[in-house]
Order: sequence, then structure tokens, then C-alpha cells
Amino acid sequence: MSMTNTAQIIETGLIDLEQVKKKQRIKSFFKGMAFLLPSIILFSVFLFYPMFRTIYLSFFLTKANGDPTVFVGLENYINIFSSPIFLRSMKSTFLFVLYTVPASVIVSLFLAIIANEKLKGIGFFRTVYSSTMGVSVAAASVFWLYLFNPSMGLLNQILGTFGIEAIGWLTDPKWALISVSITTIWMNVGFTFLILLGGLQSIDSSLYESADIEGAGYLYKLRKITIPMLSPTMFFVITVTIINAFQSFGQIDILTQGGPINETNLIVYSLYREAFVNYKFGSASAQAIVLFILILLMTALQFKLGERKVHYQ
Amino acid sequence: MTISKSRKVFFYVILILSALILAGPMIMAIVMSFMTNKDILTGSLPSTFTLDNYVHAFERFPLFQYLFNSLVVSIVIMIGQLVLSSLAAYAFVFLEFKGRDLLFYVFIATMMVPFEASIIPNFQIIRDLGWIDTYTGLAVPFFATAFGTFLLRQNFKQIPKELREASQIAGMGDFKYYVTVVLPVSKASLVTLGIYGFLSSWNMYLWPLLSTTNDTVRTVQIGLKQLQTQEQLNEWGVIMAGAVIVIIPTLILLFFGQKKLQKGLTEGALK
Repeated sequence: MSMTNTAQIIETGLIDLEQVKKKQRIKSFFKGMAFLLPSIILFSVFLFYPMFRTIYLSFFLTKANGDPTVFVGLENYINIFSSPIFLRSMKSTFLFVLYTVPASVIVSLFLAIIANEKLKGIGFFRTVYSSTMGVSVAAASVFWLYLFNPSMGLLNQILGTFGIEAIGWLTDPKWALISVSITTIWMNVGFTFLILLGGLQSIDSSLYESADIEGAGYLYKLRKITIPMLSPTMFFVITVTIINAFQSFGQIDILTQGGPINETNLIVYSLYREAFVNYKFGSASAQAIVLFILILLMTALQFKLGERKVHYQ
Repeated sequence: MTISKSRKVFFYVILILSALILAGPMIMAIVMSFMTNKDILTGSLPSTFTLDNYVHAFERFPLFQYLFNSLVVSIVIMIGQLVLSSLAAYAFVFLEFKGRDLLFYVFIATMMVPFEASIIPNFQIIRDLGWIDTYTGLAVPFFATAFGTFLLRQNFKQIPKELREASQIAGMGDFKYYVTVVLPVSKASLVTLGIYGFLSSWNMYLWPLLSTTNDTVRTVQIGLKQLQTQEQLNEWGVIMAGAVIVIIPTLILLFFGQKKLQKGLTEGALK
């Protein structure tokens, strides 16, 4: 066999190898896609396309069935930001976040800390504290609708026995948003409690043992071990609660329908009404984009702020 | 760590008080659902025990139909999510191919799009497909879930790589490996995701409100809203009976799955 021949054989061998590799790459690409395709298709149809379609619609006037008619540029945006009703809705939404997020987290943290004690029957209390997670927004709203009822509701009855004047929980503009917030906090507690308890249980118990040896007190341990070690979980819980607050809808629909005088017309309720009651899909889409940007900003802000404060193990 | 007796008592008092306050609205609803309307209206304590409210709720409203609809939709969504996210998670963990990392970021990006912000085109899509008032329209948009994919991906990553290598030597293909090895090994996290999927589908409100217009497919959550808005005589007992029926399935599920959920949600959340 001559030298050139050998070289040729090696060369064709290499080409074959290249081709086999290439074939394999293509094959593994298609295999990967086959596994991912169902998710990708559904995300495209029910998430990415609707998102872009919302942006598109927000630049148009629409017919009652939602088809775009006239391109109006930024007019929908200009209109909503000069509409006192929408500005009111934005203000209420931010206030709602402010009322519900810190309170939900603090109450749940308190419950998680007391439910993390090693006591007999603690499992029962954990189940009770997480139970509101299983209560749907419709059921929770119905419970509180009765509690807030002006004449026979339990809350006003209790106030009455102390000789305090009845409060128009859902009808008084001063109280309505607070009442909706109370309902929301109650609904939030189950989930946030469960996550925070998980965070507490994952803290290394040797940290507490060495603190015990040094004779550290309960509050000292809480401040120096529990809270710092819990910060990644806190960070997650706060982000999720904020995003949930921005997306609240059901409790508004059942408790107040956005009233009194638009006091509880939170952004999702506002865009729902604009689209499916007033049939102004363009303007509703502009509101949806505002909601989208708000949630995006909140997530980004949380990550930025969280990075510095969070203590990673 | 030994806990002194007084400290123990102190904790039990706080635990019980907190439980009573938190469960208060639920206890109240359950008690009211067994009270006569007269007792409720006069604000007295329950004097007689009655099942009338439940009888009325079922008589005046197609509650069985609503419950059945919710059950079908929730189970279909649960199964859809389990299949799609386990397939996707398998690809992200066991398969290597061009564009995988990019697709992973696409999955992360989906978590930033709130469903509420894309509800208008979604409604139009369902309408144009003729899926209004169908189980398909209620369920299919929720099959793909990034959260579920990440949760299962975390779990699949813990399966030893040697296992895949051994199966490859034995000539086992990816799909067979996924079905016969990966899924059975990950049963626990599949159950967690299943519980979570069922819970959140059962409790869904905005989408069923938009995509159903009649009783044949209407879910129990919207049924409860109907019950509440149509009971004009202030028959709170009947409304509460309806609400109690709505929450019983999820409370039972939560009761059995609480530990699993806690573990799964924390892991899924904090990679």
C-alpha cells in the first residue's frame, strides 16, 4: 500500500467521522426539540403570540369583537395616562401592594416561627396555618363578604358589642381598599407560611446548638441566625406576593366590583372592564402592557435590591 | 434543647389563638352552612342543626354539574402539565443539543409574562378556535408551565448520570429511558407538581369567568359567584354551604399533600 493511499483512507475516514458527527448533532437537535415541542408550541400560542398581539392591539382602535380598525399610535397610552379613572386605578393598585405585601409576609413569618417549635401536635397547627392556600379566591371572598356585611356581618356585630359604630367596610371609600386587602392577606398567608416554614426548617440546626452553648437568648438567635439565614426565602416570598398583588382580580369581582367610586378598581379589574364590558380592546391592551411592565420592573427591582441584602448559604 | 414548661404553655397559647383567628372565617362558614336562616338573620348562636342549606344549594343550582366540570378541567390540566413539563425537563437535563441554553432562557422568560396581561388575545384565540364553553378551552392554555419544568428539572438532575450511560450501553433509547426509569424514579416530585397543578386549576377564577357562558362547562368557582349574586334573599346559609362544598376537595388534598408541597415549592423556587 502506498503512502498516498493510506493518507486518502485516513482522510475519507475523517470526512466520514465529520459527517457522522454532524448527523448525530442534527439527530440530537431533533430529539431535543421533540421533547420540548409540546411546551414550545403551547407557549407560542397562548403566551408569546398573545403578548405581541397585546402590544400590537394597544396601538389601535378596535371593533366590538376585538379586531383592530384604526392605527392611533400612542394615543391609547396618552388617553389612559390622562384618564383620572385609570390614574386612580394605578394609585389603588400601588396602595394595595403596600397594604398586602408587608402584612402578609410579617403575619406568615410570625406563624412560621411559632410553628417551627418542636412541640407535640405541631403538625396540626401547620396544617391549619397553611389551609388558606386551599381556599379559592371565590370562596374566600364569599366568607369575607359576609364578615364585612354592614348589618349582620360578624365584624360589625363584634364592634357593636364594644359600642363602636358600624363600619361600611365595603361601601365606605375610606375602608373599601383596606377591606379588600384584609381578605387578600388572609388568602396569602397559607402559601407564604408554607414557603417560609420550609425555609426555616432548612436552616442548619448546628447553628442554634452552638448559639445555645454560648448562652444566646431566643430573640438574639432570631435576629442573628433565623432572619439572616431566611433571607433567600424571604426574597422569593416577597417577589411572589408582589406579583400576585398586581394580578388580583377575583376578590374585587366578588367583594366590590371596583367600587365605591372606583376606589378598589385594581389594574386587572380595570382592564377586564375596559375589554369585556366596554369593548375597548385597544385601550385595555395598553393597560395590559402597563401591567406587564410593572411586573417586569418589580421583578428586576427585587433582584437588584435582593442581591445586596440576601445572605446566601 | 429542653423546653421549659412555662415556655411550652406560652407557645401553645399563641399557637391556638393564631389558629382560631386564621381558621375563623372557615369555621364560621362551616357553622353557618348548618344553621337555619332565622338564626343567621337574628345573629343568634346556632339553635338547631339543619342540612337544608345543602339541600337548597344542590336543588337550585346545578352544583353537581359544576363540581364535575371543575374535576374534569383540573385533572386534565394536571395531566397535561405533568406530561409537558416532564418531557421538557428531560430534554434540559439528559439531552445535549444546539440551542438548548437559549430555549432554557425562553422558558425563564415565560415566567415574566403574567397571564392577566395577555388575556385579551387569549380570549380571542379561544373564541376563534370555537373553544368557548369547552373543556379544551378551559384547560389547554395552561398545559405548558415553566415552574413545573424547573421543579422536575431539579429532581431529574439528581438521577445519577451513570444510570443513563448504563442504559445507553444496553441500547435503550431516550423515550424508553424517560418512561421506564426517569418517571418512576421521580414519582415524589411528580406527585407534588400534580397536587399543585390540581389546586391552582380548581381555584382558577378569571379564565373560567371569560371562557364559559353557560352551565354545561361552568366551573364550581364561577358557580359560587352565580350562587352569591343570585341569592337575593340574603340566604347566607345556602351561600356558605356552596362555599364549603367548593373548598372541601382542595382542603383534603392540602391536608394530605402539605409536606410534599412545602418541600417541592421551596426546592422549585430556590433552585
